[in-house]
Amino acid sequence: MSADTMTANGDAQVAFYDLDEHDHPEGGSTLLGFWIYLMSDCLIFAMLFATYGVLGHSYAGGPGPRQLFELPLVALNTAMLLFSSITYGFAMLAMNQNKVAQTQIWLFVTALFGIAFLSIELTEFAALIHEGATPQRSAFLSSFFTLVGTHGLHVTFGLVWLFTLMVQIGTKGLIPANRRRLMCLSLFWHFLDVIWIGVFTFVYLMGMLR
Amino acid sequence: MSAHDHAPHAHGDAHGHDDHGGAAHGSYGSYLLGFGLSVVLTAIPFWMVMAHVLPNQVTGYIIMAFAAIQIIVHMVLFLHLDTKSESGWNMMALAFTVVVLVITLSGSLWVMYNMNTNMMPMSVEDMRQMP
Repeated sequence: MSADTMTANGDAQVAFYDLDEHDHPEGGSTLLGFWIYLMSDCLIFAMLFATYGVLGHSYAGGPGPRQLFELPLVALNTAMLLFSSITYGFAMLAMNQNKVAQTQIWLFVTALFGIAFLSIELTEFAALIHEGATPQRSAFLSSFFTLVGTHGLHVTFGLVWLFTLMVQIGTKGLIPANRRRLMCLSLFWHFLDVIWIGVFTFVYLMGMLR
Repeated sequence: MSAHDHAPHAHGDAHGHDDHGGAAHGSYGSYLLGFGLSVVLTAIPFWMVMAHVLPNQVTGYIIMAFAAIQIIVHMVLFLHLDTKSESGWNMMALAFTVVVLVITLSGSLWVMYNMNTNMMPMSVEDMRQMP
């Protein structure tokens, strides 16, 4: 495999590269690949944060964060996402102990918190649009809806994924493929919570300080 | 702790080939610790902003510091990131992302701030006339 297999006269079989196919267990590199996907997703959010950072002060004579944001609602929303994070963690622990029913219950609880988060966010958006603070109103509102909306869209797809996995676990049980999928979704779900930390700090809390 | 100790069918899953290569699993303790820390690190910034305890600028720096700490807490205790997971490639990808992230964010803000300050002043009236 390496150069040091060469004998003194140099006519021994010398292979400078790996000729034998190693045994690659199925899904062995899935988690690393998924992590790299998450990092690229992180860059999407970095762009949206940068856009919001640049445009967040351009109100075009329209309403600013102080008039629009309701911090108690945002705090409630943050709590929902935080609860869903810990319940997903419990689902993973139940999975590690091969407890199918317990895994399903914790996944369902996670989904409920996720739905609560989305409902509160959509209520907030609806109230904003009703007040005339639509994405078309100002650059601040365009970038706000794009950033927070993209995060909400991620949560929505996370929920679709979660329910799909619940069905798959229901029919196939905790097979290795389903465990791998659950671990990927775990990364995705906790990652969304990390993004939300940025959102509530830079968009909502910093917005109220202006 | 890991599933494959008492689950022979778990071989071939993401961790089946290497017990220490993949991301670590958490425990009830680590999840509860992460949750507790997150609650505290979230509640304090919200309270500081809602109760107006300190001048705005000071509050801004403090809540940014809290956010940074909370992101690290989540990365370590929820995402189970450490220097060993996937032979360090997770950390490598994260480091690369952070570099690009810092360049993007600081670069955008810097360039656009300079453009704004060097632009011709424009009144609200002028803005209303914009097409």
